[in-house]
Amino acid sequence: MKRRNFLVAAGAAFVAGCNKIADTGAGKSLLGAAEKWHETAHRLLTNREALAPEYPRSAISPYFRGNGSTDPQNGDYPRHAGEGFANWHLEVRGLVENPLSLSLDNIRKLPQRTQVTRHDCVEGWSAIGEWTGPQLSLLLEAAGLREEAKFIVFRCADNLNGQDYYESVDLIDAYHPQTIVAHSLNGEPLPIRNGAPLRMRIERQLGYKHAKYLTAIEAVASLDEIGKGQGGYWEDRAGYQWYAGI
Amino acid sequence: MKRHTLSTRLWHWLNLICVVVLFMSGLTISNAHRRLYWGDWGFAAEQAWLTVPRFPDWTTIPGYYSLAVARDWHILMAWPFALGLLFMWIVMLANRHFKRDIATSRKEWKADAIRHDIVQHLKLNFDHEGGEYNFLQKLAYGLVLGVFLPMMIFTGIAISPGLEPTFGWLVELLGGRQSARSLHFIFAFAIAAFFVVHVVLVILVGPIHQIRDMITGGRER
Repeated sequence: MKRRNFLVAAGAAFVAGCNKIADTGAGKSLLGAAEKWHETAHRLLTNREALAPEYPRSAISPYFRGNGSTDPQNGDYPRHAGEGFANWHLEVRGLVENPLSLSLDNIRKLPQRTQVTRHDCVEGWSAIGEWTGPQLSLLLEAAGLREEAKFIVFRCADNLNGQDYYESVDLIDAYHPQTIVAHSLNGEPLPIRNGAPLRMRIERQLGYKHAKYLTAIEAVASLDEIGKGQGGYWEDRAGYQWYAGI
Repeated sequence: MKRHTLSTRLWHWLNLICVVVLFMSGLTISNAHRRLYWGDWGFAAEQAWLTVPRFPDWTTIPGYYSLAVARDWHILMAWPFALGLLFMWIVMLANRHFKRDIATSRKEWKADAIRHDIVQHLKLNFDHEGGEYNFLQKLAYGLVLGVFLPMMIFTGIAISPGLEPTFGWLVELLGGRQSARSLHFIFAFAIAAFFVVHVVLVILVGPIHQIRDMITGGRER
């Protein structure tokens, strides 16, 4: 029993030390810098066009797990869901020459990409699904991205714990060939659990980047003025890493 | 020459800090999703080969549940851990520490000799001539340096979605991302097991003497 007490005390002291370090300014910037080193290393090692693995259809998981919001009840979403999303519009706005407002029909008529990919949640689980939709690059080119635009922000209809969900990526991931605005999962319209009627696929990053219930795509020069400035719902709320390729 | 060279001592203590922080923050990450799977995917109980117990707060970094903070620590300490191990391997090969002290020779792999070594260990008789490592020590250090620690890095790279476009072959070699995640967990606990045995043996052999030598390098010989 004594040895256990000693272990508990030693463990607690060590953890307390770590917490102290994490709370200091220098500790915080060191932890943030380490994330940046990984991002830089990934960008150096991986070609900007390099693809995440794609699987045969036979590899698709029997069903696709949903996390975070799985049935939004806020704002207009329940009405849209009742209408089968017939009046849903996706806006492309911000630092663009021609802002767009696209219906689901508009989106389905664009050239499509279908990909069977693996979805990795930050918690650790993975699921494989087949996603279909136009490449984000297509929408950005149609809207005409302005010089100053550095990030693409994804606005979502779901409100989780009192805050609207949002996410953001840099232009490398925005223009990546596998970055698509998906309207279908395994050949069927997206289930509500997985983000109906539209969700992002950012295949080289973790699940929380793949914004669901997508209402707008916004080009911005900086993330400072968006939400609490960390670039995403979970980044603002819980301190998740903005670069989610790790 | 001292018993432990400066490079060995520096790496030993740096690696201790890295492994402890990585292990304890890893326990928080394990708590985020306590099931392990084989293959490419898995997310539900029916696909799991193991459900890991929940690790109590006093064993985790931070000392409360925060996946984000745990990942911050894990992501930070991965750097000194991986670069430190690379440094140790380069030095160990360059100064012949590996070949001279750790690599086993064919004659050591005889059943009789191994049995003799095991019996001596069980009798807690750790006196061996000339201060050289015995077979079991060489095997343990060789496994830790050559397999357990490097496998943490390889399986860690294989779990990272941002590196997969480049290291897809590694993910495949390890049997898919969820297999890599399971192996990451298994090797982490293999290292923890080594840590326990290592500390117990140091205590049995003479903790003050052993720890002092790993700090100062010990007497010239």
